[in-house]
Amino acid sequence: MSAYIIRRILQMIPTLFGVMLLVFTLFTLVGGDPTYILAGKHLTAEVLANLRAQLGLDKTLPEQFMIFVRQVLTLDFGTSWSTQQPVSDIISTRIGPSLTLTGSMMIVDLLIAIPLAAAVAYFRGGLTDRIVTIACTVAMSISALVYIIAGQYFLAYRMEMFPVRGWGDSLLTNLLVYVPLPLLMGLMVSLGPDIRFYRSFFLEEMNHDYVRTARAKGLSEKTVMLKHVLRNAMIPVVTTVMMSLPFLMIGALVLESFFGIPGMGNEVVMAVNKSDFPVIKAVTIYIALATMLFNLLADLVYKLIDPRVQLK
Amino acid sequence: MTATVQTAPGMAAPVSKSLWALGWQRLKRNKVGFISLWVVSVYLLIALGGWFNVVGGNWLNEIAVPYAPPSWVGASGADVMPADAYDASGVESSAPIVTLARQEDPIGKELTEAEKDAGRYKVEEVKKRESLPFGADLRGRDVLQKTLKGTSTSIFVGIFGAVLALLIGTTLGAVSGYFGGKIDDLLTWFYSVFTSVPDMLLLLSFAAVSGRGITTIIMVMALTSWTGTYRLVRAEYLKLKSREYVQAASAIGASHSRRMFVHILPNISHLLLVQFSLMTVALIKYEAILSFLGFGVGVRQVSLGSMLAEAPSELVQGYWWQMLAVTIAMSILVTAFSLLVDALRDALDPKVK
Repeated sequence: MSAYIIRRILQMIPTLFGVMLLVFTLFTLVGGDPTYILAGKHLTAEVLANLRAQLGLDKTLPEQFMIFVRQVLTLDFGTSWSTQQPVSDIISTRIGPSLTLTGSMMIVDLLIAIPLAAAVAYFRGGLTDRIVTIACTVAMSISALVYIIAGQYFLAYRMEMFPVRGWGDSLLTNLLVYVPLPLLMGLMVSLGPDIRFYRSFFLEEMNHDYVRTARAKGLSEKTVMLKHVLRNAMIPVVTTVMMSLPFLMIGALVLESFFGIPGMGNEVVMAVNKSDFPVIKAVTIYIALATMLFNLLADLVYKLIDPRVQLK
Repeated sequence: MTATVQTAPGMAAPVSKSLWALGWQRLKRNKVGFISLWVVSVYLLIALGGWFNVVGGNWLNEIAVPYAPPSWVGASGADVMPADAYDASGVESSAPIVTLARQEDPIGKELTEAEKDAGRYKVEEVKKRESLPFGADLRGRDVLQKTLKGTSTSIFVGIFGAVLALLIGTTLGAVSGYFGGKIDDLLTWFYSVFTSVPDMLLLLSFAAVSGRGITTIIMVMALTSWTGTYRLVRAEYLKLKSREYVQAASAIGASHSRRMFVHILPNISHLLLVQFSLMTVALIKYEAILSFLGFGVGVRQVSLGSMLAEAPSELVQGYWWQMLAVTIAMSILVTAFSLLVDALRDALDPKVK
């Protein structure tokens, strides 16, 4: 087990190196000279030279790459170009709101999608199944943007059930006042595909021989479904959820920027708008690291809940 | 594709048919799939028409009054906010206008100069229409024309992005799976680098460093979404490269590239078609989000996403028709495309007879 973990962690090094190379290529070679953005109105040769020296742009490319590698290894990405705030400060303040929204969204989504998917799979071919499947297809065909725009207009602006947009200071106000509307809109988008996806897991499990055996030996439907099918069907569900965890960190991009939630997604959109390269670089590296770690964690959890799995 | 391989043992067909012919037959039997094929074809025609400016070519013309309501709404749409309410209140509160004689006006000379030529540049006053089949937007442009043009742009972005991504993914996947060894290690490393950054973040990073516009979006989408195709194609090539027909081709002296692209590629073409359709739908959705966030098409271009970006401010004023038009156009497109993908997958599955 520990040998496996060590090997996997060692395998992350070339991938992380690749991500650094990709980010470096993008922002240094493709991105052009950022000094013009930074210099703003005080565009003199002296200022430009000064800025270049500060950013290390007067050095050779390998040297610049080494600076970036050092930044990644120390997780110190300097200061934001637009606000002069340390990038680590920005990220640590933005991650909270993102996780509040996406975390609660994921929990509610799972609580609704898994029982519904199980029920629909159990009554497959029946009227409930068909209604839910059609509803999912219809819900999936409408763009996420339409839900957000229409939801904000009707539920918040016209019916005044929720605040139109905003964010508070305490976790409780956020959860009770500001999260529900974006959460609802997020669910409208995610429930359709999720129910269909989980339904396929349950259907696959219910066709296995062990289900027939369990029924044949006289177990009640409840035991068959809850003890045998549910536990097996949860294996792929848990893996998908684990793999999606790093995406929670970058938050729901559109939801955040539309409802004015000061999270990571909002920050990324603003950083892209302002060409704030240090912030984008830092977020990309952090998310890549998280993705790799959670992939490993997903494999370990997989082993934990399914003893048949051999890690190699 | 050798036809005999695909013939089912139980089917006493006098002439054995290719996978494509069988697939076409199965698709025709699938009513939902066949209808969505027609719907998608209509959309593709619109896209083609939009590309050559036959359909929606004059969407930029401001032919109606701002926010002219759809003609089927009648008066109810107009009384949301009377057009002249604003002017009436403006007159009452306006301060007295001070007029200057030409001599004391500091720009008097330039004004006289300018007025001399004014006649030549006179814009022909066109009677603006009060209502349009599907209403008008802020500048009085026909929403119907705009939607057609926007749909066309979105489909083209989706299709070109998918074609490019498919090209990259198939080439890399084929090389990787066919040759194996060091090349495979290198390309798999390349793949794992791209997959460890979420798509949307990668898209935005690319958008941050490159300019804006349709070409950029297509390039960005191709560079970020080739990974799925790569994994699929690589796995297929790994499996197929040691099959007898490839060995036979090698025995008669076919080169590596010939074996890769003439012998093996047709055998996975059905998978690629499904992958292509899947990617097109996904990219159409991505384009809408990118344009909505402001990283999409330019000001002189229109796409479904950029139209949706105008919707929030319009809705607050009570002008809902642009959003409705986009929603309908996009929902039908996405539904038909998704149903077509499902039908294609069933129809082209060689295991199903």
